[in-house]
Amino acid sequence: MTKSVCIAVLLLAGTLSGQRTSHSTQAPHAVRGTASAPSVAALPRYRFENFTTANGLPDDHVFSVLVDGPRVWAGTENGLAEYENGQWKTFTTADGLAHRAVLSLALDSRTGDVWAGTMGGLSRISGGRIDTYTQLNSGLSSDVVYGVSVEGENVWIATAAGACRLNTRTGEWSLYTERNTPMEEIWAYGVSAAADKVYYAIWGSGLLEYNQKTRVWDKYDDPDGENEIVLLKDQGLIHEIVTSVSYVDGVVWAATYFGASHYDGRYWRNFLTKDSGLPSNFLNFVKGVDRNRAWFCTDKGLAYYDGINWAVYRPDLDTGKPEMTVRDAQGRVTVIPVTTAPAHNYILAVALAGSDIWVATAKGLSHGIYQP
Amino acid sequence: MKSRGSRLASIGVWALGACVAAAGFAAWPAALAPPEERYASPLELLLSPNGTRLYVLCQGTGEVRVLNAATGRVLSTIPVGREPRGFSFSPGGARLFVVNSWDDTVTVIDTENNRAVATWKTGYEPSSVVEDRAGKLVYIADRIGNDVAVLNAATGAEEATLPAGRGASYLTLAADGSKLYATHIYPNPTPHRTPPRSEITVIDPAHARVIERLPLPSIAGVFHAAVSRDGRLGVVAELHPKNLVPMAHVEHGGVLGNTLTVFGPDVGRTVEVPLDEMDRYYALPFGVAIALDKSRIYVTHAGADCVTVVDTRRLIAWIRAHPEPFAEDLSASGHYVVARITVGKNPRGLVLSRDGSRLYVANRLDDTISVIDTRAARVVQTIRLAGPAKVSALRRGEQTFYTAKYAFQGQFGCSSCHIDSTFDGLQWDLEPDGFGKDIVDNRLLEDLRGTEPFKWNGGNPSIAVECGPRTEKYFWRSQTFDDRTLTDLVLYIRHLPLRPNRWLAANGELSPAQERGRAIFNRSVDKLGQPIPDHNRCAYCHSGSKGTSQKSFDVGTGKATDNSSVFDTPQLMNIALTAPYLHDGSAETLEEIWTVYNPHDQHGRTNDLTKDELNDLIEYLRTR
Repeated sequence: MTKSVCIAVLLLAGTLSGQRTSHSTQAPHAVRGTASAPSVAALPRYRFENFTTANGLPDDHVFSVLVDGPRVWAGTENGLAEYENGQWKTFTTADGLAHRAVLSLALDSRTGDVWAGTMGGLSRISGGRIDTYTQLNSGLSSDVVYGVSVEGENVWIATAAGACRLNTRTGEWSLYTERNTPMEEIWAYGVSAAADKVYYAIWGSGLLEYNQKTRVWDKYDDPDGENEIVLLKDQGLIHEIVTSVSYVDGVVWAATYFGASHYDGRYWRNFLTKDSGLPSNFLNFVKGVDRNRAWFCTDKGLAYYDGINWAVYRPDLDTGKPEMTVRDAQGRVTVIPVTTAPAHNYILAVALAGSDIWVATAKGLSHGIYQP
Repeated sequence: MKSRGSRLASIGVWALGACVAAAGFAAWPAALAPPEERYASPLELLLSPNGTRLYVLCQGTGEVRVLNAATGRVLSTIPVGREPRGFSFSPGGARLFVVNSWDDTVTVIDTENNRAVATWKTGYEPSSVVEDRAGKLVYIADRIGNDVAVLNAATGAEEATLPAGRGASYLTLAADGSKLYATHIYPNPTPHRTPPRSEITVIDPAHARVIERLPLPSIAGVFHAAVSRDGRLGVVAELHPKNLVPMAHVEHGGVLGNTLTVFGPDVGRTVEVPLDEMDRYYALPFGVAIALDKSRIYVTHAGADCVTVVDTRRLIAWIRAHPEPFAEDLSASGHYVVARITVGKNPRGLVLSRDGSRLYVANRLDDTISVIDTRAARVVQTIRLAGPAKVSALRRGEQTFYTAKYAFQGQFGCSSCHIDSTFDGLQWDLEPDGFGKDIVDNRLLEDLRGTEPFKWNGGNPSIAVECGPRTEKYFWRSQTFDDRTLTDLVLYIRHLPLRPNRWLAANGELSPAQERGRAIFNRSVDKLGQPIPDHNRCAYCHSGSKGTSQKSFDVGTGKATDNSSVFDTPQLMNIALTAPYLHDGSAETLEEIWTVYNPHDQHGRTNDLTKDELNDLIEYLRTR
């Protein structure tokens, strides 16, 4: 698919998705294997505390967020911010950061090191020291790093020129492009790595899967091809323009600019605004909690799916007032009175911190403090 | 996870493979030399928890010798792996861990019967080992890996690798076990022609996390650390090179400083303090120990054959009374150095007795242990370790390599820049080429036979010339080598072996990426189907088993500051270790040789290569 066609269709879809749906008559499918149906009342509620440049953030435009125990990392358009003990500290290019715009973040859970994908290379922040890898000083395929994920001794990277893997023990870089994978476009937007499989979200080329054991690549495409009409809804990936992927508990959650997908290795289950609680089909990011639950970051708010019910958190699109809505299995939408909301409805990323959440938005970073 | 049996089997196969790979070496490592030529070469010391047994890590013979600490009588000898470099007890003393730097293994010894009970695989060139106080994790500093590996103390399985400084080599655990300090012998990467930087990597051993990196500005070459029993004072031994200015001021101390950095609550910050004096230098500070009552700091000088005794109270008072920086104030040490105690040749590790009355010092190059009465500040006993009675020419050459006695005022020796007979990761401005001219990157000394001529301009036809008149003329400024000393030194350098290549499989087979890279290295036609002229093929200049045609070429990397743009073709063996690259060290990584410094394809035809092909080429080069 050519990018120009995709973008044109994307704009159209964005316009269509702007038509708000307050009630849907089509019940969502129950996720296979769900033991008991969660209730709407159990959907989490939060008090949001928002951070902007007014209270320590280096920039309001927050691309990425990562939580590691008491530390919170925010990748902004103007540096990497670290929040700990109520204080913000910012790392910039003067500290060795590859570029001021930090697009993606990943934690090496074994060491506590943070990997930051930027518009100018990949940086590792370790004990305050920053080591930077670029397309000139290392084997990195492109300096534009959209996604990063750490699994064992390997760092998996999604770049504007394909996928990469850095083996931190040997220093070997392996590049994966259209030449050695089924990737048709090389615009890799997101990556999620686990011990058994690694998934890449490819902008315009579906979902790429790497089997760590067999070392074989596989590819999942939209069975409707390049049509923007969903003819075969749960027969495969919802769309070729995949922006984010989250692999957890053997299940793939995929976000696209035209809906979201859930794949358990056998069955696909797709989500669109017309038949789910998604506030928009335009998704920037997805974060799976487990096989059944996930968070979706859209251009019209943050959505949570518990396997049956949906909740949406955002400032009202017209008034800007805090809003929380829930949608049950029958498609009934209920407005929950709330006094706080994420800093903006354009959501770029979410990170989980126990019962709390941290939300990256186009106008600040939000801490969702769980309200029992 | 592999079973112990299969792990040991795999290690055995690996070791066999390494030996096969070593068949082409110029020389065997010391531990594999004929027995009659194997010197013990004691490198590190430990005292058993009850203080009665002295454990001696013998690098040359690849063993741990257990001595009666009072008499020096050998109680037991425990074979370990090749080139052991560090060892330590488990918290209770029931186990002794030994890291074997050429085998990439840890030997676990049961101290009750002094037998090896397990061998664990670890990272590249393990050089120091420490177990945490809880007995759950074993930490290992990997010199080539530039990391600290974290192993499960029960199984030896690696759980993490923590990025440390470049050339991570020494670990010290605080007395209360709350912090682990790691130091490194090569400087961390910095922009070209900027001061070197090093660090003390501070690790939380309970959680295997790097919690802090104490900066060591202008330092390159950090050795042992010690921390006082109360945890309030730390000290590291280190080198302070002055490589950004022409090496023209030897008589003014303008080459290398030998210093300590102290840190911790007692001093409130990291402070570098000199160990040298106005007219006498104390080269290669290596081992450090702090008295139990914190009254003294003891430092071995591997190049000056002595131990410096620092009065801690005076040192701290002096630091508090004087504004920084004073690292280059050679009058400073007179305020806090209270003794210089002559010991044996190339003193390295040291250990204090439980009551602090005795200090044991391992003299690596004369196979002795000096026992110092700390109150009298003099050697009261010398324990001689069994070994060859005769000092061979090779051994004499090594002694010459490590001593600083030939340089003016004892400022430095060969090993001050060729640390542990390797390199230092620095670039120097050697005076005879002209001030500010011909900045040169220091090269690795391994398996040099067949790589002549020397110097980046190819001006020295042999090691004898390199180390003879050249050295005497503008390095030492003082004493010259006599014929025998020079012959011995050349013999030693020519026999420096090639360490195992960590990127080449034990069976010598190349990975698919390495194989693709080899094809690029050897190609004669570019991707456009055009023939590549001979002089533009990788394999033409970097020919032969060592990757050098021994000829000089202009590959387009000359700078305005170079007297000539024609350079000697460097050998490729273990090239992965020796960043930065090019004659002046301007390429920070192998990639930059081609992504930055080869715009016109003069340094080989490479601009037709895609990024993944360039990566393949580098993967192959790293196997050389």
